[in-house]
Amino acid sequence: MPHDDHDHPHALLPPEPALRVKALETILTRKGLIDPAALDEIIDTYQNKIGPQNGAHVVAKAWSDPDFKAALLEDATSVVADLGYYGRQGEHMVVVENTPEQHNMVVCTLCSCYPWPLLGIPPGWYKSDAYRARAVREPRKVLAEFGVTLPEDTSVRVWDSTAEIRYLVLPMRPEGSEGLSEEELAALVIRDSMIGTGLPKVPS
Amino acid sequence: MSDCITHSAPEPIFAEPWHAQVFAVTVALNEAGRFDWSDWAERFSITLKRNGLKKELDGGDDYFHAWLETLEALLAEQGKAPTDDVQDIRNAWEEAYLTTPHGHPVHLR
Repeated sequence: MPHDDHDHPHALLPPEPALRVKALETILTRKGLIDPAALDEIIDTYQNKIGPQNGAHVVAKAWSDPDFKAALLEDATSVVADLGYYGRQGEHMVVVENTPEQHNMVVCTLCSCYPWPLLGIPPGWYKSDAYRARAVREPRKVLAEFGVTLPEDTSVRVWDSTAEIRYLVLPMRPEGSEGLSEEELAALVIRDSMIGTGLPKVPS
Repeated sequence: MSDCITHSAPEPIFAEPWHAQVFAVTVALNEAGRFDWSDWAERFSITLKRNGLKKELDGGDDYFHAWLETLEALLAEQGKAPTDDVQDIRNAWEEAYLTTPHGHPVHLR
């Protein structure tokens, strides 16, 4: 129904799916199955507290501290939990390291499994059919569309996430980053470099 | 290449308020032990696959439509939110919006 924007006789009706979500919330709250305050807290957490800065912290620490890196590659779940990043959905995290021989790239072909505690909510393209279908089939072509061109002799390995196992790519430390502090290093680690569809920034 | 720090990604985390709400309801139910996340992921992937047959999903609004559809089906199946109840309360919310003067908080009656 067309709406006259400058003259609302009544409150603006939310879109259909919003009404349906409100209905679910009302029913579940009345039954004591959810607490509206907890919903606000979850939204605040994912909107403001959890995001790629967490993963960047982990990567920068791995670049700076060989022991940390070794432990991270061995058992990422417990190592990142020590930093306060743990999977609220009980998932395991696995860190895969990029080397001159192998570039890693992460996808979830089934739905959109993603290392939430380290990267937050996935971007739209990660959830799209196009990426999910093509990442496995033609990874180099997909990488090229992201502006990533790898040397011919670097192989590409694609990791398919599941509800239980979420992957994070440990990118190679960029050249010219010697002597940078952990914080300065973290600023180089862009989100896509931890999904494998990008590379870290090179220090200017 | 822009100089802005990619940490503050340009696209919002949730494009629509209801995307955030349906996400939060699902996570809250999972954290309260109402279902396993792997069970959720399996159901969700089936919905995505089915919807993806009709048109290519872009991972935006259609992604959360699939999410909502999955949650509604799961809660109906578990008897926590039967379809008829959802429809009734949805209608009540619609009525509340249409009968609340603009600018006033909307409450269910």
